[in-house]
Amino acid sequence: MRTFIIRRIIYGLAVVWLVSFIVFGLSRAAGDPRDLYIDEYTTTESWEAMGREMGLDKPLIVQYTLWFGNALTGDFGRSMYHRTSARAVIGERIRPTLELTLGGLFFAVITGFPLGVLSAVKRGSTWDYIGRTFALYGQALPAFWLGVMLILIFSVQLKWLPTSQRGDWTHFVLPGITLGWGASAAFVRLVRSSMLEVLDSEFVVLARAKGVATRWIIWKHAFRNALIAPMTFAGVLLAAYLTGTVVTETVFAWPGLGRLAVQSVFNNDFPIMTGVVMIFAGFFVVANFIVDLLYSWADPRIRLE
Amino acid sequence: MKQLKSSWRFLRVYPVIPLILIGFLVFAAMFAELITTNNGEGGDLFYRNFPPSWYENGSSYYILGADPLGRDVFARVIFGARISLMVATIVLSLGGLIGTLIGLIAGYKGGQIDELLMRFVDLTFAIPFILVALVTVIVLGQSMSVIVLLLIIFSWGAFARQIRGEALSLKGRDYVSIARISGATTPYILWKHIFPGVVNTLFVIGSLRVGSLILTESVLSYLGVGVPPPTPAWGAMVSDGRDYIATAWWVTFFPGLAIFLTVMAFNFLGDWLRDYLDPRLRQLRE
Repeated sequence: MRTFIIRRIIYGLAVVWLVSFIVFGLSRAAGDPRDLYIDEYTTTESWEAMGREMGLDKPLIVQYTLWFGNALTGDFGRSMYHRTSARAVIGERIRPTLELTLGGLFFAVITGFPLGVLSAVKRGSTWDYIGRTFALYGQALPAFWLGVMLILIFSVQLKWLPTSQRGDWTHFVLPGITLGWGASAAFVRLVRSSMLEVLDSEFVVLARAKGVATRWIIWKHAFRNALIAPMTFAGVLLAAYLTGTVVTETVFAWPGLGRLAVQSVFNNDFPIMTGVVMIFAGFFVVANFIVDLLYSWADPRIRLE
Repeated sequence: MKQLKSSWRFLRVYPVIPLILIGFLVFAAMFAELITTNNGEGGDLFYRNFPPSWYENGSSYYILGADPLGRDVFARVIFGARISLMVATIVLSLGGLIGTLIGLIAGYKGGQIDELLMRFVDLTFAIPFILVALVTVIVLGQSMSVIVLLLIIFSWGAFARQIRGEALSLKGRDYVSIARISGATTPYILWKHIFPGVVNTLFVIGSLRVGSLILTESVLSYLGVGVPPPTPAWGAMVSDGRDYIATAWWVTFFPGLAIFLTVMAFNFLGDWLRDYLDPRLRQLRE
């Protein structure tokens, strides 16, 4: 268990390090990095001071250490557009993004898992057909288009739900579905295929032979084991999911980190951008770690390793 | 009735519909100028958000209506196919080449090189791609080559991982050992003895990746960091219509439908190809 946890932590740190390296590398690759931080109010003195602060007269490795040290403490510089520290701007946006993330996950879990189980248990039935079709179409549907179409149907035509912004629970419905859709389809596909495999295994056959109730077999014997295979894809799914928040927030004008990132591209706001990217990398690592813990709960072999 | 049943079975066994869709797409991409006289880039503000031709006040000139800048939606969808397929083709050939090379080397050499390369592949899967793309565009600016480069960097990994596995199993075959004993060089063995064994896998991964590549490219252009305007790209077109969804749904609907159908067609084709060429790869998409 301990080696497993340590290995996963190293892996997570490697992801953060690689992201930081890409961001830093890009900022230095485009010529003088100060160009990314100046605005029309920058004076010659502050330009030079900025150079000293970033250690531009020192070797790259020192510059990187300085930059990364600041990033770790949440200091990404001053936002050019918002005229305040990037940290303050980013801080306000974390909560909305987390709420949206959980909303999407809630949708994905309450639809994806049951449908996956159902289509495996009732193989070849209408439920199976629905499940497989959904898994297939869900992957090919661009989330941004789905979002706009949901707005068209439920907000514009039926006037049931708000079109955008944050607010009471009704504001969560459409963004949650948009964000969770892809993950839900992935859950259906993964849970279905691994559930089918588990249901064919010997211990399930034995349990059936002993006369264990079907419901008990499905949830106690099969489901927990069927969760193991999907979890190995958690890293890839999570990365895709974080990308999804950027898209969903843009569609629904959700005041979160993803939208902030996209706006900062158009405002040429490099400090904000770096901050958001690093925070997302951090999110990814923490979420991945939580999944790893769940993984070791579902699969005792990992705990004993 | 019997005939209907057998033709339905034929449709289920062979990817006829996806192939027709892809065929049409390739045709549209290559001969867009023949299909529509309008190149979709110049707009006439008089025809701003003009409705499709089946509306009472529509015109036969704008079959699928016009966008907020008065540009022909149909022409833009047709020309958008060109961009999507072009990006996908370039990225897949270069990414496939790099991935195959690295996969062959990692699988054949094994040991620490293999370990190092594969851990690196794991990392590229974990990086939130869109965010890295946003940072890159902020620093290097928006251009076709930046987008293509980014997509290549994030797509070779899938090839490398799968090809590596294949190379690993081929490496232990007798004919490879014999070639090695008789003094064949490593590049020769890789090219003559290992590579022919992974070609099928290469095609399968390639066709399975087209869909997700087109989807990713459209996400980038939806966010406004894809292929720069005024070149018609499907993702950007969906974004153009977002604010007019209440009055001009056609601006958003058709390009999105084009993305959906294209990705769908390629996914179906990829699935079929995988089952046809190598049933062992059934887990690949998962």
